[in-house]
Amino acid sequence: MSELLDPYAEVAGRDVVNHLYQLAAPLKGMKVVHVNSTREGGGVAEILRKLVPMMDALGLDVKWEVLEGSPDFYQCTKGFHNAVQGFPTELSESMLEAYETVNAENAERLRPVLEEADFVFIHDPQPAPFLNFCPNRRGKWVWRCHIDCSRPYRPVWKYLKKWVQDYDASIFSLAQFAQLLPHPQYLIAPSIDPLSEKNIDLPEEEIRGVFDQFGLKPDLPLILQVSRFDRFKDPLGVIEAYKQARKMVPLQLVLAGGGATDDPEGEKVLEEVRKAAEDNEDVHVLLLPPDAHRTINALQRASDIVLQKSIKEGFGLTVTEAMWKGKPVIGGDTGGIRLQVVDHFTGFRVRSPEGAALRIRYLLHRMDRSEEMGARARRLVLENFLLTRHLREYLALMIGVLHGLEERIDMVQ
Amino acid sequence: MAEQADDKSPLTQPFNIRDCALVSMATGYKAQNLREFKEGLLRVHEGSIYHHFWGRFLEPQFDEPEYSNDFAAWIYHRLNEKALAEKLSVIDPTDYEDIESVRQELVERTEDRLYENEFVPWTRADEQFHFVRSQIVVLDTGRYLEIPSDLQVAVPEMTIGSIFYHFIDARKRTEDGSDDFSAWLTGWGDTYNDLRLKLMAVDPFFSSLKELRFMVTEVLEEYFSGGNS
Repeated sequence: MSELLDPYAEVAGRDVVNHLYQLAAPLKGMKVVHVNSTREGGGVAEILRKLVPMMDALGLDVKWEVLEGSPDFYQCTKGFHNAVQGFPTELSESMLEAYETVNAENAERLRPVLEEADFVFIHDPQPAPFLNFCPNRRGKWVWRCHIDCSRPYRPVWKYLKKWVQDYDASIFSLAQFAQLLPHPQYLIAPSIDPLSEKNIDLPEEEIRGVFDQFGLKPDLPLILQVSRFDRFKDPLGVIEAYKQARKMVPLQLVLAGGGATDDPEGEKVLEEVRKAAEDNEDVHVLLLPPDAHRTINALQRASDIVLQKSIKEGFGLTVTEAMWKGKPVIGGDTGGIRLQVVDHFTGFRVRSPEGAALRIRYLLHRMDRSEEMGARARRLVLENFLLTRHLREYLALMIGVLHGLEERIDMVQ
Repeated sequence: MAEQADDKSPLTQPFNIRDCALVSMATGYKAQNLREFKEGLLRVHEGSIYHHFWGRFLEPQFDEPEYSNDFAAWIYHRLNEKALAEKLSVIDPTDYEDIESVRQELVERTEDRLYENEFVPWTRADEQFHFVRSQIVVLDTGRYLEIPSDLQVAVPEMTIGSIFYHFIDARKRTEDGSDDFSAWLTGWGDTYNDLRLKLMAVDPFFSSLKELRFMVTEVLEEYFSGGNS
């Protein structure tokens, strides 16, 4: 047992951790590289921050590399992000050129590490062309798509497809995100780390402390959405839902988010949100630094209801986090939120600000139901969406990729 | 429990505890209406039929499912075809010779409904049924059980992968479609018939694997603490 993995046995169960050791045994010593586009901000970086050392603790030789981009590059990849999520986006030749140049330069820098690896996991579209710049690769390359690409904008997807089709396999969060590609497409939902600063239990005084820290009213019900200031998260729809619910019940809203270094559009959206929140003293727009994990944890625990009213959502780790804290979630009826928010059981799925307002009123009126839903929500996360399950599926996938398309891989000697 | 297997008579070989992990894969087949659903059933890899009955246990799922397989749940929740959902839900794969026969049964029941119905039921584009299959990795834990009463200690400590392998996946491997524990107990002749029948009576369809482990543990505790050994 290791110091890193042992504490997970306390949360997820000793059997769960033993299982990971079993599964990792045939992969021991293998060189694994993960590549993404940022170390801070966003769900991918958060997952890798723990997944990488845990794989390492299981005896694999793991590295996490980060692509270094230019403003043009991030403008282009933000365009990819929007387009993959279905938003028609035109990308100029010069933007695509920046994309390809940055990839070529970074691949060159990382080539020795990448080419000698047994497994390379490339996360999202940003570093997707790496494979083409590593002709002497010897390992298996897997493209991990964290975005909702159920209905991508076709012209942009066709461009991206040429970079990802030669991978040995790809991973999508849900079956509906999988695309027609000439290799196996695995389905792995993301996860949260129950022992991270964002999810560990907090003392009551620290939770109550956010009321003073942000000028919130302790006696007023608190609803919260935590997300980047991104159109797909629909922060304006949340404010609209708040305004409608507020006509019937007194409450306060916190919209808390940070910027990711790979999201140049965030500031514009933040400006629109601030404008919409003007003249509402009980709407608090908080721009938090990327390392404000404990503050977000406390805000989620202090809330009565958590919203994630996304219009498109790859998975929605903020939903998972809130559910882990026993909060019912009102979520947009889209993407990975559907896998987590079981309508009427762990929260409500809505398709409009009106729907969100209705459910806010219901949950504030029926606190007994709210508590029941919260308890179920926590159980759902415990059994399905913790990092240990995520790691288990990565290990199973690695064994699977090594054995081709065999349905049953018998490792029994 | 012993770390090494001793030579025993063929009928009472030690029970080798195995473990497994499963990872899901997209098949590319999907359905937005009942006719496409039937076409998907006909064409999809047989591993997908298996997955939507059994593999789903190792996937993220809500622990209070209404229906016993993914097909029935989608037919009800997305196409609003309650009668067909009920008819698909009572299909128990262990009643059929092989997975192809299960496929035929699903297709026939769906066809019957298409024949009765003047309209083909549809759902929204973002609520389609996606046929999924899975790869299963089977591992040897290196642990063996010598006698049936060892089960009482071993089962509560098993991973959910072991529970899946021995209690769910076994149903397609054993001759009579039973779980591995019950199959092992037959090696002792009639001695453990009562226990075998109790284990076989545990309905695995509506529980999570954790709950299933708890239910099997309860059966074993009740049996062995009742003076049996």
